[in-house]
Amino acid sequence: MAHPLRGKYAIVGVGNTRYGKLPGVSALAHNVEAIARAIEDAGVKKDEIDAVLTKAPTSNFQMLWSARVAQAIGIQPKVTATLDQAGASNIGLIAYAIMCMELGQCTMAVISYGDNPLTGSRAFYNRPRGEDAAYGFFGAPAGYAMIARRHMEEFGTTSQQLGEVAIACRYHASLNPNAQFQTPITMEDHENSRYVAEPLHLLDCCPVSDGGAAIIVTSAERARDLRKPPAHILGLGQSHPAWDVQARPQLTTSGAKASGEMAFRMAGLGPRDMRFAQLYDCFSIVPIITLEDYGFCKKGEGGDFVSGGRIRLGGELPLNTSGGLLGETGMPGMQLIVEGVRQIRGECGPRQVPDAHTGVVSGQGGIMTTHATLVLGREP
Amino acid sequence: MMTSASDRILPIVTPENERYWRSARAHALELPYCLACERAFYPPQHRCPFCLSDSVDWRRASGRGRVYSWIVMHQVYDPSFKDRAPYPVAIVELEEGPRLIANLLNVPNAAIRLGMPVRVTYEDVTDEIALVQFEPEEH
Repeated sequence: MAHPLRGKYAIVGVGNTRYGKLPGVSALAHNVEAIARAIEDAGVKKDEIDAVLTKAPTSNFQMLWSARVAQAIGIQPKVTATLDQAGASNIGLIAYAIMCMELGQCTMAVISYGDNPLTGSRAFYNRPRGEDAAYGFFGAPAGYAMIARRHMEEFGTTSQQLGEVAIACRYHASLNPNAQFQTPITMEDHENSRYVAEPLHLLDCCPVSDGGAAIIVTSAERARDLRKPPAHILGLGQSHPAWDVQARPQLTTSGAKASGEMAFRMAGLGPRDMRFAQLYDCFSIVPIITLEDYGFCKKGEGGDFVSGGRIRLGGELPLNTSGGLLGETGMPGMQLIVEGVRQIRGECGPRQVPDAHTGVVSGQGGIMTTHATLVLGREP
Repeated sequence: MMTSASDRILPIVTPENERYWRSARAHALELPYCLACERAFYPPQHRCPFCLSDSVDWRRASGRGRVYSWIVMHQVYDPSFKDRAPYPVAIVELEEGPRLIANLLNVPNAAIRLGMPVRVTYEDVTDEIALVQFEPEEH
């Protein structure tokens, strides 16, 4: 039997700021800009929004962040929340929005993220402290490198296969005028880029970026009267390995496995039904493991799967068609949902996937500490 | 305040891990051990994370383990590591089960292998703190 909430809600508006180095713009201002554009895109009146949900700015975590955002957009909402699942929060907040709508607490939610880690607060990047840091084990690249090494040793995944992910994302970014990186890279560029945390090269790592993005979620019924075709929410999942990298029982299977199963089961669909994938790619190893865990290929075959052009536009499964974190912006994930919606609508111009009626989006954060999955479809 | 290369980053000693670092200072590796489910665990805490029993004592570990994964850090995030980069950081799986983050000493970066047997050694950093480190068994 189909899940009762499959296709009952939809994303009806998306908006984003410019991405990259944007001095003089606060995290709050990025949220406001993105929300204003999402409202315009949806063609709704601001006063119809009765839920304001946010992921806290990574670089400068603040209490009651969603309340501040609500004030800045002049809304006293029925529902607010700031969720801390790191890069999985945006999709997690879609689930929360739907729960509150099912409870009758609200009818239309805006979910936003904005931050200025490149030019603004560097609080997050102050001198590291504590036990891991005493051993020089700090920075996100170190944790992901630990996972990448284990995957390479267990399954024979190569640096060139990691490079395939980065090359595809940078190629797609070159077709996106708003992407932070406009120039494609070659395998030679990838292999010659300096090591950050070996086995990860610089070009395996996403940039630090300023900017924001927002989406508007409401019922599929309400969506029918709005300006643009809705992207129906067919499936949602989450699962969180949670523990420190060194303590975690397994490093090469992520939360994507249980989260993906949950989302695909709700959608009544499987990997073969997906016309595109927007998979969180803070580091090139992550989409490889996510593709395996989602069942696009067997465990250990992700490196092979991303090779030979399969994940490039025109290939079997175009991946991160706006450039992803590696190419479009290092922002933690909202841009992937925005791109998923635009692909479903067919708005993507030179980077449009033909007949992109169904696709999957992932979010994850920490050091593969959290994971959430979203399946979108043109039809409910 | 200026940070110089000689200012090493130190672990933060808390009531829960004080015994671990006191032992390390005396060049002994001790782990919290649950008397109820008979398992060692890490990091230290008052209740066992597996069965939540508060019957937790400390046991001397063998000091032997294997490399579960490792990286070589090139990026310098802190001046105290400037002269050491590129340096190895490993996850060491101890015979008793828990995994620790440590540097591998007395081994060239290129000679590190997955599953390599290692044994504990200690790096005296200050009068109060010795870091628990590892080196190859065959060193």
